[in-house]
Amino acid sequence: MSNHATQAAAPALAKSPTGIQGLDEITGGGLPRGRTTLICGGAGSGKTLLGVEFLVRGARDYGESGVFMAFEETAKELDENVRSLGFNLEALEEQQKLVIDHVRVEPAEIAEAGEYDLGALFIRLELAIDAIGAKRVVLDTLETLFGGFQDSGILRAELRRLFHWLKAKGVTAIITAERGDGTFTRQGLEEYVSDCVILLDHRVNDQVATRRLRVVKYRGTVHGTNEYPFLIDEEGIDVLPVTSLGLTHTASLERLPTGIPSLDQMLDGKGFFRGSTILISGTAGTGKSSTAAHFVDAACHRGEHSLYFAFEESPSQILRNMRSIGIDLEPHVKSGLLHFSAQRPTAYGLETHLATMHKLLRAHQPRIVVIDPITNLISSGSDTEVKSMLMRLVDHLKMEKVTSLFTSLNQGGSALESTDVGVSSLIDTWLLVRDIEHNGERNRGLYVLKSRGMAHSNQIREFQLTDRGIQLLPAYLGPEGVLTGSARVAQEARQRAAENQRLSELEEKRSAIARRRKVLEAQLAALRAEFEMEEQAIARLGLEEQQRAGESIRDRQEMARSRRSQATDLRRGNGDALGGTELESMESRGAE
Amino acid sequence: MNATVAVETGIWELRLYVAGQTAKCMAAVKNLNRFCEEHLAGKYHIEVIDLLENPRLARDHQIVAIPTLVRKLPEPLQKIIGDLSNTERMLVGFDLKPRSTSSAT
Repeated sequence: MSNHATQAAAPALAKSPTGIQGLDEITGGGLPRGRTTLICGGAGSGKTLLGVEFLVRGARDYGESGVFMAFEETAKELDENVRSLGFNLEALEEQQKLVIDHVRVEPAEIAEAGEYDLGALFIRLELAIDAIGAKRVVLDTLETLFGGFQDSGILRAELRRLFHWLKAKGVTAIITAERGDGTFTRQGLEEYVSDCVILLDHRVNDQVATRRLRVVKYRGTVHGTNEYPFLIDEEGIDVLPVTSLGLTHTASLERLPTGIPSLDQMLDGKGFFRGSTILISGTAGTGKSSTAAHFVDAACHRGEHSLYFAFEESPSQILRNMRSIGIDLEPHVKSGLLHFSAQRPTAYGLETHLATMHKLLRAHQPRIVVIDPITNLISSGSDTEVKSMLMRLVDHLKMEKVTSLFTSLNQGGSALESTDVGVSSLIDTWLLVRDIEHNGERNRGLYVLKSRGMAHSNQIREFQLTDRGIQLLPAYLGPEGVLTGSARVAQEARQRAAENQRLSELEEKRSAIARRRKVLEAQLAALRAEFEMEEQAIARLGLEEQQRAGESIRDRQEMARSRRSQATDLRRGNGDALGGTELESMESRGAE
Repeated sequence: MNATVAVETGIWELRLYVAGQTAKCMAAVKNLNRFCEEHLAGKYHIEVIDLLENPRLARDHQIVAIPTLVRKLPEPLQKIIGDLSNTERMLVGFDLKPRSTSSAT
């Protein structure tokens, strides 16, 4: 922190660490050593506790014993009151590390007659300090003296003397005081204490109380000047210094399946990173809790402890609803792997919620944490408070390598990306479930808005809740965006019809070709037959020609013979003999 | 009046807490002795405790202011702080005189 650096450069002002987480960070190391710090605040703002914790932690962790001067409570009451916070004052007293002196001032018993001083108070204080060598002193609440003594002139002079005396004694002191009207303290004690003033506030906004702490003044040191929310849990005070966020956690490479295989596919095929922070946002009824349930179910099946903070539904309602979509979480609850914490967000202030969360985180040591939904916490604090609280929580979870899944409810009509309590910078993987209204239907679409450190899908997938859990269907893109629901079904049908048509056309073409082939083959066969016929005819003609040639030779021989025989009687009837032969050959040809 | 009855019944046990020999403390001792002689002659017993010598008693006896006069008896326990120079206030404080008349001052 920068304050530390400043202090290291100029070590003029020694500091006494309070041991209170956050406060030492804001003040750059603690309260001014050897000086007096004024802590003011209204009734029940945690002044006494802050004082007690300063002493207890001093004795326990820093080897500095302390004196507690209680003007309001007896040692026994005080011990009982802080016992629930894990402080055992009695034990510390036995170990000579703490002295509690209850100063009882009963106005009804005291009458004043003449000049006096508070010498006995100094004597008591000195006795206590010297008895155990105390380095720390708490006076709670000094202003009670103003109720016990009438002469405020004497009292003021004595208080001034007391502060000087404390400083001279070299003890680091805390003076608590009631917040006054327009002033820090009712009796104006701030004019005596000028080194450090811390203001505690327990404000009620919209019927929800939140504790805040502010360092009003810290002479000689750089300090956080904001109002910091703080909480009182069973370990005492925990200030939440937003600025002290440590970004030192190591990033894991391990991947965790989301429990929805198709969602894993969208996330690089492997799912979320271990120790990452996941946000699922969307309008009402978009299946955010169901997605969370899938993740938890998968984690429990792997044998990992899970913690489910429900701010909207009771555990049994969640179990019932998840069973209806095929996720049975009950065995996990019975086996102790899954723990539910259901609270109305308005039941407590923000710091109490945070305290409860921290407590449960410590008790169950989960690997998976679900907060469903974080948006409901807004009602227990302002946006900035919720943001700082979540920042603190996310930081804590990351340090512990806990994978956390938050759901966030978007109000209808508002920008989807803007309403998430401004936590987007804290989120590693952000899934957005949105309604797609089209064709008179309301369907869900899921897409990965961002996912640090992995290649993720940019598609909008249709998100269906079935009795076997969430199904993510591939997107159909139509002219008006993603097609979902019946539009998608219609589109699918259209595609199928087109496919069928193509197929039947192909079939038709195939058979047409086959027919043509047959025709062609038939034609070919006919042609071949014709050809063969012609061939045969030609062959026959050749044969006939041969026969005829043979015959004509014979004829000629016969003719020659006959001619020779006729030669004798040629002079008588030559023509008759020739004509008769030609007629004979004509007749023999026709008979063949 | 009850107080006067109390005076008549028994011995007053008074304890004066001081811290050293300061002017206020010396004055208180002197003023107390005078007061007792005037109002409680023969019926009182005074113990002076110096808290510088017995600082533990300041805590044990719930003493804050110096000087403090404690009436242990008669009951109820009463404390008067200051150098006891104001006799009127002492009378009221010890219920030797009605509160109403003096509260005006």
